[in-house]
Amino acid sequence: MKKIKYLIVIFLITNLSLSNAQESDLQNKITKNLRCLICQGQSVYESDSEFANSLKLVVQNKLDEGLNEKQIYGYLKTKYGEWILFDPNFGKNTYFLWLLPIFVFIIGGVIIFKLFIIRKNK
Amino acid sequence: MASLIGFYSLIFGLCLSFIIIFYSVRNFKDSMVFDNKIIFSTFLQFFFVIVSFLGLILSFVYSDFSNETVFNNSHTTKPLFYKISGTWGNHEGSLLLWLLVLTLFIFLFLIKSKDQSKKYRILTLLFQQVIIMGFFIFLIKTSNPFNYIFPIPKEGLGLNPILQDPALAIHPPILYLGYVGSSIIFSSTLAATSLNYISKEWAKHLKQWVLISWIFLTLGILLGSVWAYYELGWGGFWFWDPVENVSLMPWLALTTLLHCILVLEKRLTLTSWVVILSISTFTLSMCGTFLVRSGILNSIHTFANDPERGLFILIFLFCLIFLSLFIFFFFHKNNDKNVDSFFWLSKETSILVNNWFMMYFLSVVLIGTVYPIFLEVISSEKISVGPPFYNKLIIPFLIPFLLAMAIGPKLKWIKSDLQDKKYLILFFIISFLLSIFIIKILNINFLLNTILVTSAFYLFFITLRDFFTKKFKNLSQNISHFGFSLLILSILFNNIFSNEIITNLKVGETFQSEKFKINFENIEKRNDQNFLAIIGKLKIESLNGNIETLRPEIRIYNQPNITTSEADIKTNLLTDKFMTMNFIQNQDYFNIRYQVKPFMIWIWFSVLIISFGGLLSLLQKRYEN
Amino acid sequence: MRIKILPLFLVISFLFIFFIFFKGLQNSNIYSPDINNEKDIPFFETKILNTNDKVNSKEIFISDKFYLLNVWASWCIPCKDEHPYLMDLSVQNNIEIIGLNYKDNDKNAKNFLKNMDNPYKVIFLDKDGTIAIEWGAYGVPESFLIYNKRVIKKIIGPLNKNSYSEIINLIK
Repeated sequence: MKKIKYLIVIFLITNLSLSNAQESDLQNKITKNLRCLICQGQSVYESDSEFANSLKLVVQNKLDEGLNEKQIYGYLKTKYGEWILFDPNFGKNTYFLWLLPIFVFIIGGVIIFKLFIIRKNK
Repeated sequence: MASLIGFYSLIFGLCLSFIIIFYSVRNFKDSMVFDNKIIFSTFLQFFFVIVSFLGLILSFVYSDFSNETVFNNSHTTKPLFYKISGTWGNHEGSLLLWLLVLTLFIFLFLIKSKDQSKKYRILTLLFQQVIIMGFFIFLIKTSNPFNYIFPIPKEGLGLNPILQDPALAIHPPILYLGYVGSSIIFSSTLAATSLNYISKEWAKHLKQWVLISWIFLTLGILLGSVWAYYELGWGGFWFWDPVENVSLMPWLALTTLLHCILVLEKRLTLTSWVVILSISTFTLSMCGTFLVRSGILNSIHTFANDPERGLFILIFLFCLIFLSLFIFFFFHKNNDKNVDSFFWLSKETSILVNNWFMMYFLSVVLIGTVYPIFLEVISSEKISVGPPFYNKLIIPFLIPFLLAMAIGPKLKWIKSDLQDKKYLILFFIISFLLSIFIIKILNINFLLNTILVTSAFYLFFITLRDFFTKKFKNLSQNISHFGFSLLILSILFNNIFSNEIITNLKVGETFQSEKFKINFENIEKRNDQNFLAIIGKLKIESLNGNIETLRPEIRIYNQPNITTSEADIKTNLLTDKFMTMNFIQNQDYFNIRYQVKPFMIWIWFSVLIISFGGLLSLLQKRYEN
Repeated sequence: MRIKILPLFLVISFLFIFFIFFKGLQNSNIYSPDINNEKDIPFFETKILNTNDKVNSKEIFISDKFYLLNVWASWCIPCKDEHPYLMDLSVQNNIEIIGLNYKDNDKNAKNFLKNMDNPYKVIFLDKDGTIAIEWGAYGVPESFLIYNKRVIKKIIGPLNKNSYSEIINLIK
């Protein structure tokens, strides 16, 4: 129990709260989800290329204009294609992407249940 | 000269494969005793690969630019340390390292498996030789590290500066010991399957190799992550980049195998499952090599590539897959005797649950990595699959996984009842209250976070308590699980509490935010052996009057002419203060990125704890034997 | 029977995966946005190099004439390679070349044009690179052939012989 007290004390001391950073948080969240076209392995947030820096500005401007996250993604998608989004939308191209892992999970559960639990009860 | 010796050693090494196969086949049929010539030839093959590797290292050290690999990846002004590490910092050299690990492991296997049956040892050697020959041919035919160029260039093209880093110098050898080391699991499983050799003793013997690969793979991934953290310049440590994914996939398979093989060792059930996992571990390693080396995916590790190489690995990979399928379906006899003799609440079930989740995580990573390739070929549309995808599919499933991890080890074989129910419930309530408290004082009303923190704390407390009550009964397991809870907690808190400022500053300017003041005091230049460093001096004054000076660098390398930014990181037990600086095109401003990242060091430390658990388990095995 | 279906299924799926990977090897791993889609041009306000007057792009791109919007910068080395082609195009009478000076410093940009000649009718300033993004550009140089307020062709990277003759054919 000492450990818990110690941890609480740590948190009170460090006191790293996240208030007021809402605006730039959203900007970071969006740019983390955009793929940089110059250094193609990185997100716009991570990259320091000219393109990425400008894109960060554009996202900021669009947020100031009052666009929401979705609208910004839509806007950039028309400019650069679906590829720029790291978080692919759930659509006809990505049904398999999203559902296949879930399917694997269900199948796994069924196998375990059938092989080991049902058989036991017989 | 060194190149020449290196090249001929490779040829000799390949020839020895034939000799080994000849001896092995003869020995397999004829006598009862194991022929010592085989061990000797295997050693000789290993020796030749070492000579070849040393040849390449020497060519790098002496900057012998008549060697194409050296010319492409080295430079006379490079420090000696990076000349040496540059040997495996490129496609050809790293494949030579592959070969070195392959031959090293089979040699170690032969001298360490004297108590196993002769046929099993020989067959393992034969399967391993198939892989070794494949790589010999691949190396000599498509990626010869000893190509001669004429006229001899005066100067080399240099090593990519981001690879000139101590962590990255030792990352490939460590990683390969795990990544390629899994080949021995593959070979010996195929051998055991063909001979119907699978038994409790075999499981015990295989477990050592699984542990060795697993420990090195864990450490290798850790090193890569540490490198990414301070070299790539924005303070992240995991990117879900294809190259990270392909190292994570064999790791997940190995971890699953590590748990599953326990069941085989103690209860002789789940044999088919162990066989499948052992085969898929190395297959995933090969598949990963194909994905990052062929250039089919865009990744940091995509060295200059040509399609011929990709095609070769692809065909070789599928030959191995079909070979394993053939052996599995024709030779494997399922002789599980105890399959239906365990109760739903038992250690067996808990391990199956672990396997179930691990396979799910594996499928998420695998599908996320290769899906864009499939989509592009089928519909020629290009999409990216990045961190948000993996986070969404993995994080929710971590919750039951962590809870199962806390309770699972408490169960006994066959049939069990939960003991210490009071404690289990009490600890859960404590963890829950603690997480609510933490989340509340920080004003983050996010349900998922609360539950996730709760389950991580739960595992943390349960494993912590076991250190005092269990009397070292299963210490290694407890250490690793404890490490894992610490890892998840550190990552979570690191994510939740991270704080950052990105701003543009001129020299002399001050940036003021609510929490701290950043004063850009000056810049100075320093000439180093192969780069010019521009070092900024920034003073950070936090609210409570703490003053810290950080000195991020911009390095302009001479050859290749690339600018990198070196982060300056001040680490202590609670937080890392991380700063990078970058040029802005055509302006006097510098882009300054300052981050306060709590618990960074605990992420590294917890991975060390996890692998230490593995090491302890390996040593214990030794001790018992 | 059941035992035989599983291996067959596995073999077929692995062959399928092999086929996909084999095909995938032939695709490039570097992404560049689709260049064949026609798009409406964006409108924006900015300043003009030399005069520093404010201008709305609507006043520049009037219909039934061809325009070539060229994203360039004095610090960009490939821009020097494509410069002769731009000069050649600028003497054609049914096309106007409009510059978008990307993240440049005015003095350097003026010097560049003084030394190399000026093919541009008008040069927009894009100090922070945001206008280039409106166009869907991501590097320098890039060129957009515009007709009737639509982008009818997009060239990523410097102009060369082929793209030059393509443009000549299109504007005939």
